This record gives sequence, structure tokens and C-alpha cells, in this order.
Amino acid sequence: MDQTFPLLSTLIFLPLVGALLVMLLPRQNVLLIKAATLFLTLVEFALSLPLFFQFDEKTAAMQFVEQREWYPEWGISYLLGIDGISMLLVMLTTFITVICILCSWESIKDKIKEYFVSFLILETAMIGALCALDLVLFYIFWELMLIPMYLLIGVWGGPNRIYAAVKFFLFTMVGSVLMLVAIMALYFHYGGETGVYSFNVFDLYKADLPAGMQYWLFAAFALSFAIKVPMFPFHTWLPDAHTEAPTAGSVILAAVLLKMGVYGFLRFAMPLFPAALVASTSLISWLAIIGIVYGAIMCIMQTDLKRLIAYSSVSHLGYVMLGIFALNMQGFQGGIYQMLNHGISTGGLFLIVGMIYERRHTRMIADFGGLTKVMPRLAVFFMIVTLSSIALPGTNGFVGEFLILLGAFRSNMLYGVLASTGVILGAVYMLWMFQRVMFGKITKEENTGLTDLTKRESAILCSIVFFVFLMGLYPGAFLRKMDASATGYLKFLQARTAVYTAAATGPIRQAEAK
Amino acid sequence: MVIRIPELAFGFIIPEIIIAVSAVVTLLLAAFGKKESLGALAGAVALTGAGLALVFTFTLWDVSASIYNALYTIDNFGTFFKGLALIVAILVTLLSLSYVEREEMIRGEYYSLLLFGVLGMMIMVSSNHFITIFIGLEVMSIAVYVLCGLLSGNPRSAESSLKYFLLGAFATAFLLYGMALVYATTGILDIRDIANYMASGSFGLTPMFMIGIAMLIVGFGFKTASVPFHMWTPDVYQGAPTSITAYMATGIKAAAFGAFLRVFYTAFLPLLANWSGMIWLIAVVTMTIGNITALVQDDVKRMLAYSSIAHAGYILVAFVVGDQVSSASILYYLLVYTFMNIGAFTIIILLGWKGEENTGIESYAGLAGRHPLIALAMTIFLLSLAGIPPLAGFMGKFYVLSAAVKAQYYWLAVIGVLNSVVAVYYYLRVIMAMYFKESTGKFHKTDFSPAYSLVIIISLWALFHMGIFPRDFLLIAQKSVGIFM
Repeated sequence: MDQTFPLLSTLIFLPLVGALLVMLLPRQNVLLIKAATLFLTLVEFALSLPLFFQFDEKTAAMQFVEQREWYPEWGISYLLGIDGISMLLVMLTTFITVICILCSWESIKDKIKEYFVSFLILETAMIGALCALDLVLFYIFWELMLIPMYLLIGVWGGPNRIYAAVKFFLFTMVGSVLMLVAIMALYFHYGGETGVYSFNVFDLYKADLPAGMQYWLFAAFALSFAIKVPMFPFHTWLPDAHTEAPTAGSVILAAVLLKMGVYGFLRFAMPLFPAALVASTSLISWLAIIGIVYGAIMCIMQTDLKRLIAYSSVSHLGYVMLGIFALNMQGFQGGIYQMLNHGISTGGLFLIVGMIYERRHTRMIADFGGLTKVMPRLAVFFMIVTLSSIALPGTNGFVGEFLILLGAFRSNMLYGVLASTGVILGAVYMLWMFQRVMFGKITKEENTGLTDLTKRESAILCSIVFFVFLMGLYPGAFLRKMDASATGYLKFLQARTAVYTAAATGPIRQAEAK
Repeated sequence: MVIRIPELAFGFIIPEIIIAVSAVVTLLLAAFGKKESLGALAGAVALTGAGLALVFTFTLWDVSASIYNALYTIDNFGTFFKGLALIVAILVTLLSLSYVEREEMIRGEYYSLLLFGVLGMMIMVSSNHFITIFIGLEVMSIAVYVLCGLLSGNPRSAESSLKYFLLGAFATAFLLYGMALVYATTGILDIRDIANYMASGSFGLTPMFMIGIAMLIVGFGFKTASVPFHMWTPDVYQGAPTSITAYMATGIKAAAFGAFLRVFYTAFLPLLANWSGMIWLIAVVTMTIGNITALVQDDVKRMLAYSSIAHAGYILVAFVVGDQVSSASILYYLLVYTFMNIGAFTIIILLGWKGEENTGIESYAGLAGRHPLIALAMTIFLLSLAGIPPLAGFMGKFYVLSAAVKAQYYWLAVIGVLNSVVAVYYYLRVIMAMYFKESTGKFHKTDFSPAYSLVIIISLWALFHMGIFPRDFLLIAQKSVGIFM
């Protein structure tokens, strides 16, 4: 589909231009800064709507493609495009950013201008990374995400923020620089073989590397993405980062940044290195399962609400990875869907914890109890979001988890059984947490005077709950958008891996046989 | 015996003549000028001279000539480095305008020596003849030995000068001895003739020749601040006037790498397999020691000294490879490095006041609150040094590493990138202090002379421009290394 209007470029650079404008606004006029940022993100969201509605759901090809020469001698081009998978993630990003700006309205009191500027730059980087189809371009946006997030945690975070910010930065950086070397190795190998030097991902998809080299390069890519996801055992930065980040930082981190890791896997690591994919499928599936169970068990033991939700992210992202690496339609679609769900539900949970924290200035579960009595409105929202996180039928979480488990059972019975325990554990830790915080008698005197949600807060949570039910009751609207892309993607993967699975009966073959 | 009188090919050396004349004029101004207006006048002369010379250097682009009995060579490689040296001269002169006044340094001589140093750089990068290279290096070095000690009344500055002089003289001796040994085995002083002689077949590799090469590596390793010849760097960089530190970290390093590249990629390229292992090792220890030592520095100026060692290591990563891509990436890296380093040192100057450099990391605490724009600029310089996209530092790192990966030096590239992660930590420490911590202690009013702002703005613009649209600059770098195989 040829688009005359460069919609993706606009989406990428509007927040950046906005950030420069906000930077020029007078520091004292706080309301103007906030309003301008909110306006920009709303425009951004509105501009992203055509992506969803004009999206051609019949084709697996990239849409809204833009290509410009950038550095032709090296085969670096400015190449953008989205398919059904990245389109949904872009939508999630533009939506969640608006929510983040709204929820920061009152809670940020210090260096307000810098805060909103950081957020806008972050939005540019996120959307850029999701749309880039040139490896250098992708890498630039990928690294650019780090700095604003680092500042968000480090400047506006909790007491232990510096440690958390540095840990976040260094963990992510180690992974990504190794990926950079792998990108170059891939580029030069492909160029040496074919004479075409290109960073265009579609050219590189054709690369036929020796298996040994594929393992190394896949390892470098996978490490970078696994740290971002984060997969067990690379998850240790996440609880710190989540706990210390300001509310909006946690929300954006959980809702979008973690998805970048999964997205990286499916856009780059998996199709580029088919031999390594075949060889590593079971390893990654096992790590995902360990992540599911381990994350859930860690949740049960947490005393800090934010840490609990952070570990639940580890568990949920384990599901996503398991679904993607089931390499069948159900698992794959479930994985993508679960990414969106996790963005909505976990984002919602962080918002609610943030709202409680603003009132009470503690996140310790033990400090609460019986909040339902003083905050009935919050209780309703909290319950709905909690249930969606548990994946109760009717909420969005159910659709995703169900599809993933279906896919996991189809690929390997054992995976399915083990992953299902996570569902039970998930109900345990979430409901137990909910009970300790919301039900029972008010044990602490400080909690008696808490005020219920304001209109702004209710509006934010209403929009979250709207999507919880919309995606739970009418998943077809979203699944249909990615049907063609997912089918096309899996077909393509199968063709890529066919050579390697022919020798050993690989997971895809098995799945097809069943 | 026929004595040939060289043709008077002045047209090719107009930039050198302009710099030499300006240097002499500033010196004369110091002797005869009025004391009150001396600083501004000498600065203006230096700036005009460097600017004019830069314009004439541009006209020499794509001109090749061998003049004065092949003692002097004009080619794009030399022209690139001459341009770089003049850019350094202009930026350092600009930032010196207020700095020299503030620290009450001896003004006329300051600019004069600065220009003589630049003259030395220009000479040493534009010759294929050992003797001319050596003369250029000495002209440059002697000027800088003096410049380091110009902060009168500051014992560190005197220490810096003396240390640099003693160790520098020692290293120069190594370099000269290396040249002598090469000459002793081949009987040739022209590096292209050495390469031809090696190709001719009558050449046999002797231990004496290899020792000569090793000594040349020591000599150049010293000037480029590579481990294990780096010991002088932190003390000298810390003690010298900050403007001179910027000058050393960018100009001298670039010129030394220029001569290093020219000698090794012209004369000794056939023996690449013999010396690349040595450079490989030096690259690894230079990066690692530079970065790890920088981690524990609490003085920002000293930290940047160690970071400059580490950057020499990144450049050596490409040096190992020995092809056109790698040499082009080195040229690009040096260009980028000049802007980010001069930018960072300018900020360091801004935060000091007379007699007090105020370079402890604690004095950066809360800078974002006091001077948001200065903190922002410093953040950009540091992030570029750390190699974060889309800044030029990233593109520099990218090309240097890609040269190594292309030649399948995978481990070297991996060590390089892991080192850059270590480096991120200490650059972040400064950013953390500026943004995450509250200010402590008293502050002097920051002196915002427009010259400083100009240097900062030029550097910022260069970093963004070369980071986002690197193409033109890389093509220039590629054209410059056309002289190599």
C-alpha cells in the first residue's frame, strides 16, 4: 500500500519536535507544559488511529512503508514499515503514553519540564524501534530508549533510584552492544556472500549463514532481547527498576519497553537465524516456563506491591515467550495478544498502586488492609484489573493466556502442563494480595482518612477497564488485524527452518503432525 | 656532485606559512604590544591565522604533490589532518580567549606556542620522510611541553610540564632510534621507498628491522597515550591548563595517529601479520586499563584523561586491521572525538574560576538545577563519548568496530563493546551527579563568555550532524585514505 503521507515518520518525529517545543516553554508555566504535552500525545494517538482503521488485514506484507536513502554506500537506509504485529504495539504505545502523561499530572512536582520532555523523547524512540526495518536504524532507536528511561528512573524515582537506574542502563547496554557486533558480523557475512551490502532486514532475511555462525549471532541478539523481556535468569534488573521508577515510568516500562524484547525476538532474532532458532526453541521454552513459575513464586513472597507486580511481569512475559516459541498459530497469536494485555493490565496495576502511593506514601502490603471501605471506587477498578491479570474469562487476559496454553499443549504436552501451574499460582498471589490490601478491617489508623479517586484518576482507569473488557469480549477486532501477518510470518519461518528441521524432527514439524 | 636547488613550491604550503607567520606575529606582539589589550589582540591574530590557513587548506583538497626533494608531501591524507589540526586550533583559541585572561597566563606566548604546536602537527602529518615527520613531531612536542607549565603558581602545572618533557623526550628517543634501526637495515628514509624495497624481493626480515618497528610503536604509542606508554597521561592532563588538555587530547592525539597511520600503513603494511598482533594486544590493554581506571576517578578532568586513553584503544582496534575501511574509520573517529572532547573540556573550564579548577565530581552535583543548559550540553558530550546513538560518538564507534568485524576480529570487537559498557558507567556517574544529586557547597558565578558558548554550540552541532548524517564526513575520510593500498 503506497502512502503519500509519511504517517510513520510523522508518528516518530512528532513527539521529538514536541519535546523541543516544550523545552522552549517557560519553566514557571507548569500548566502550559503539562497541557502542551498532553495535547501532543493526544494528537499522536489520534494520528495513530488511521494505522488501525486503514490497515489492510488481508496481507502479511509491510504496510505504510517509507524508504529513503540515508547512507547508500553502506546500504543503510531509512526504512520504515509495520505489519499486523507491530501496528498493534504502536497503538499500545501511543495509548499508554497518553495515560502516562495523565497520571503524572499531579505526582511530578520537581523538574516538570524535563520530565515531560523525557517522556516525549521516549515515545519517539519506542515508535521508531517498532517501525524500523533497517538494522542500524532499529539499533539507534533501541539505544535511544535507554536514556530517557534512565533519567525517568534516576531523577524522579524512589529512594534507591540511582542504583536501579544504573543497573537498568548497564544490563540493557551489555546486551545491546553485543547485538551491535552481531549485526555487523551478519552484515559483512551477507555482503561477502552476495555482494549486496545492506542493513535492510528483508535482504538479510535471505542470508544463509553457516549454522555455527548462526548460533553465535543468535546468542548475541537473544541475550540483548532476553535482558529486555526480561527472561529468567536475566530479569534481576526489573524488580529494582520497577520499584524505584515513578508510576508513569513503571507503566511505560511494563507496558511497552518490555515488549520491545519480545518484538526483537520475533522481528529479528528468530527469522534471521533459523538454524539457531530450531536449536534453541526448547531452551527458550524451558527458560520461559521457569520464568513463569519462578516469577509467580517470587510474587507470593513479596511485601512491596510494586515488586510484586514486577515479578508478575516476569511471569507474564514468560507466557508471551512460551507462546511465541510454540511456533504455531495459537501460541503465536496468543503471545502477541498477551503482550497487549500485559500492557493494559499491568499498566493498570501500576497506575493503581501509584494512586495509592500518592495518598499513603508507602507500598508495603502490610501497611494496608480494608481499603475497600474508604476507597470504594478504587476497589472496583482494582478488582477488575486484578481479575484481568489473573485472566478471568471475559477479561482480556483470558484470551491471551488461553491461546498461549493451547499453543503450548500443541507443541509439547509437558510445556502446557507446567505452564498451567502458573495460572493457578497467578490467582493465588494476585487474590491474596488483593485480600490483604483491600479487604478485612482497617488496621492502620492512617488509612482511615484516605480519599477516593478523583475524576482524573477515574477517567484514566475507566479507559483501562474499557480495554480490559473490549479485548476480553471482542478479541476478534484485534486478532483479525494480525491474522494475515501471523500466518504469513509462521509460513515464512517454516520455510526458513525447513532445511534444518528436515534433519532432526524439529518443533514445527511436530506441531504440524499433530 | 650535483646539488639540486628545490623549486620554490610555496603554493602548496601556504597554510603552514600562514600559521608560522601568525605565530611569530603573536610572539612579537608579546614583546612590543600594549599589555592591556595584548590578550585580545594575540587571540585575534591566532584566530585569523588559523581561519585563513583552514580556508587555504580546503583549496588543497584533491591536490597531490611531492615537493622539496620528496621531503614534503601534499595529499588528501595530510590535508585531512591539517584541517583537523586547524579546527582544533580554532576551537582551542576560541575557548582560550577568556580562559587565558581568567588564569592570567602569559598571553602572547600562549597563542604563539599554540600555533607552533599546530605547525608541528601539520608538518608531521604531511610527509613521507622520516626526518620531516620527526621534525614536525618535535616542533609540536616542545611547544606543548611549555604550554603545560603555563599556569604559573600552580605546582601541578609545573609537574605536568616537567613530567611530559622528561617522558616525552624519552619517547622521542625511542621513536628516533626506531627510525634509525629501520634506516640501518634498509638505508632508506622515505617510507614509500621502504615499502617498494620490501616488495622488490631483495629484502630479508631481520631482527634489527623488527626491533625498529617495535620502537616506532613505542614512540607513537607514547604520543597517542596507549597502554603501557600512558603513565604520563593522567598527571599531565590533570595538571595542564584545561584548554591545553583539550588541545593535547584532540590535536596531538590526532596528529600522532596521523603519522602513526601513515608510517605503518605505507611502509610496514607488507609486514602487517608481524605487527598486528602487537597492536591487537596494545588495543585490548589500552581500552581495558583506560576504562577500568577511569571508573574510580573522582576528578572529572582526570577521568577524561583516562577516557582519552580508552579512546586511543578503540582507535587501535581499527588500526589492527590494516585496510582502507579501517583507516577511514580512524580518521572519522578522530574527527568526532575532537568535537566531543573539546566540548567536554569547555564545560570543565566553565565550572572553574581563577586558581581553582573545581573539577571534583561533587562540584557537578545538582548542576542541572543551577545551569540546565550547561548540564544538558555536558550530558550530550558525555553520551557521545559513551557512544550512544544518534550522536556522532556512536557512529565513530560503529565504523571502528565494523572495520574490526569485517576483518573477522570478532573477539577484539566484543572486547571493544564490553569496554564501552564499562565506559558508560563512569560517564553516567557525571550525569548522575548533575541530574540526580542535590548541589552542595558554594558556587562562583559562572562566566558565560560568548566564546565559550560558541565552542559549545559548534561542538554540539557537529556531534548531531555527524551522528545523524555521517555520510559526507565518511566519504571525506575514505577519500583521504586513498593513498593506502
